[in-house]
Amino acid sequence: MSHTSPEPIKLPVDADHVDFAAAQRGEDFVKLRKTHRSFVMPMTVAFLVWYLAYVVLAVYAPGLMGIQVVGNINLGILLGLLQFVTTFGITALYVSFANRKLDPLALKLRTDIEDGQYAHGKTN
Amino acid sequence: MNITTVQASALQAADAATKTVGTPWINMTIFGGFVLITMVVVLRASKNNKTAADYYAGGRSFSGTQNGLAIAGDYLSAASFLGIVGAIALTGYDGFLYSIGFLVAWLVALLLVAEPLRNTGKFTMADVLSFRLQQRPVRIAACISTLAVTLFYLLAQMAGAGALVSLLMGISSQLGQSLIIVGVGLLMIVYVMIGGMKGTTWVQIIKACLLLFGVAVMSVWILALNGFNLSNLLGAAVETSGDPRILEPGLKYGVNEIAKLDFVSLAMAMVFGAAGLPHVLMRFYTVPTAKEARKSVVWAIVLIGCFYLFTLILGFGAAAMVGAEAIQSAPGGVNSAAPLLAYELGGSLLMGVIAGVAFATILAVVAGLAITASASFAHDIYTNVICKGKSDPLKETRIAKATVVVIGSLSILGGLGAQGQNVAFLVALAFAVAASANLPTIVYSLFWKGFKTRGALWSMYGGLSISVLLILFSPVMSGAETSMIKGVDFAWFPLANPGIVSIPAAFLLGFLGSLGGKEESSAKQSEMEVRSLTGVGAEGAIDH
Repeated sequence: MSHTSPEPIKLPVDADHVDFAAAQRGEDFVKLRKTHRSFVMPMTVAFLVWYLAYVVLAVYAPGLMGIQVVGNINLGILLGLLQFVTTFGITALYVSFANRKLDPLALKLRTDIEDGQYAHGKTN
Repeated sequence: MNITTVQASALQAADAATKTVGTPWINMTIFGGFVLITMVVVLRASKNNKTAADYYAGGRSFSGTQNGLAIAGDYLSAASFLGIVGAIALTGYDGFLYSIGFLVAWLVALLLVAEPLRNTGKFTMADVLSFRLQQRPVRIAACISTLAVTLFYLLAQMAGAGALVSLLMGISSQLGQSLIIVGVGLLMIVYVMIGGMKGTTWVQIIKACLLLFGVAVMSVWILALNGFNLSNLLGAAVETSGDPRILEPGLKYGVNEIAKLDFVSLAMAMVFGAAGLPHVLMRFYTVPTAKEARKSVVWAIVLIGCFYLFTLILGFGAAAMVGAEAIQSAPGGVNSAAPLLAYELGGSLLMGVIAGVAFATILAVVAGLAITASASFAHDIYTNVICKGKSDPLKETRIAKATVVVIGSLSILGGLGAQGQNVAFLVALAFAVAASANLPTIVYSLFWKGFKTRGALWSMYGGLSISVLLILFSPVMSGAETSMIKGVDFAWFPLANPGIVSIPAAFLLGFLGSLGGKEESSAKQSEMEVRSLTGVGAEGAIDH
């Protein structure tokens, strides 16, 4: 039942020997954090606004949601299904973004830290 | 099938339902089979349980795919399956609104919580919350809110088990139902004590496969009967119910302004609650890396999303084929829509399968809740607060197992007391409390450098007490026909769900509390931020 991960990680480094403040100031980390936040923050705001807008429409404009579009399928059902589509879409977007942009940056920085590049006493 | 035969068969179902639906011995046999198989799996899984990481986190050896299935098994409770199908069958579109909220909520977990949590914590939610703040007060607060949320959730599941029995097993006596609640509680204790997180995870994986397979078969069946045309199905539902409004929102939540606001409040609790549920968060520790945690959430979103799409078909299918009247007059009421629909489609056998799946659902969810509560008590309170982090891991595991017995007994007692209570309400309450007490602190401590211990305590205790107090003084407790306590009226808060007040309040308290108070260690903040994004120093899989 034991499962090996695709990226075996090394033994935990001793946190006492890493100067995390230096790593945090370092160019690599600043770039990683910026890349991460500039994706997840706007995306979070976007899906929350879209979801709450949908909820408010459903509650306060039921007439609009009742407009029939195809056969018995009305705007409300379509918008509801669209929430599923956007949820799946955002998931796919994030995964592809994380695999392409975040993982290489994170892996490089982690390797550097584990190799002692940010150990205490080292100037960076 | 024309309308007269649909109605005739619905009447037959209703007639059968007033006695028992389906064949109890088939239901019992299928459920017994599930218990037997999972017990063997749990016993096998327990052989490798040596360390605390084995017991709490399954040795961190599950793959993202396995964990995604287990998350789906953990998340899709009886409230989701029986409750939502019933809600759609009776209130149409308004039931569908639940499905959407419970799914969209997962984006919060995917984008903000899962990976940083895996990178910075070990076993419990409190590991992350207390990482760069003062350990003792923050851990105690996190443990209290973990126990509060899991206990509400547990009560809901146990009460649901009792209600299900009356319908599916033909046991309608109070004593019979009570015995089943005790039985479910004891089974849960055995699973968790013997199997730990590994056993619990396998129970959840098996249950998720059964549940998803069951609803998929039923959905395809219903669609086939309607020529694979959703519009036809919706038309049939309108025809049976005689009310075209079931296709529009508003049947339940559109009756007045308070009901409308109440739904907005519920929507907020759902979308912010999922990523604050301790038993969901704990699942992210069972995989070896943050990347696998990401994969888990992706699988969970796909599986949970498909499940909720199926509920749309099942709900309107039940509205069309069983009919609202037959559902309401069946023992179990609204919760009986899915089993009655199964009976309508495939007779006693399919109903037995669906009944077994529903029981498996409850069992898997309560096991996940029990291990979360016991880990939080043993790891956060015993090891980190009482022993100041210097306890023996073996002793900690023993304490955790003892806690499982206590939690299991409490939930049996609570489940006996909560019999006949509204299951969906208890789950919504758990979501509201999780969204208020946990999520603001999780988000702040991961993304806001200026967050302080005082802010965390204000936000957690504030969010917890505001949400619980507002529920106590809401129409859910008193003053309405459907209230828990009848005959008195001390309700001054008009909404059934407190989310719209308590969630913003908890965020605000966390912010205000952090404006003053003691300075926090900036070194710890640096360490947490770097680790949360890179995974440096995160514990990996345990190789046996």
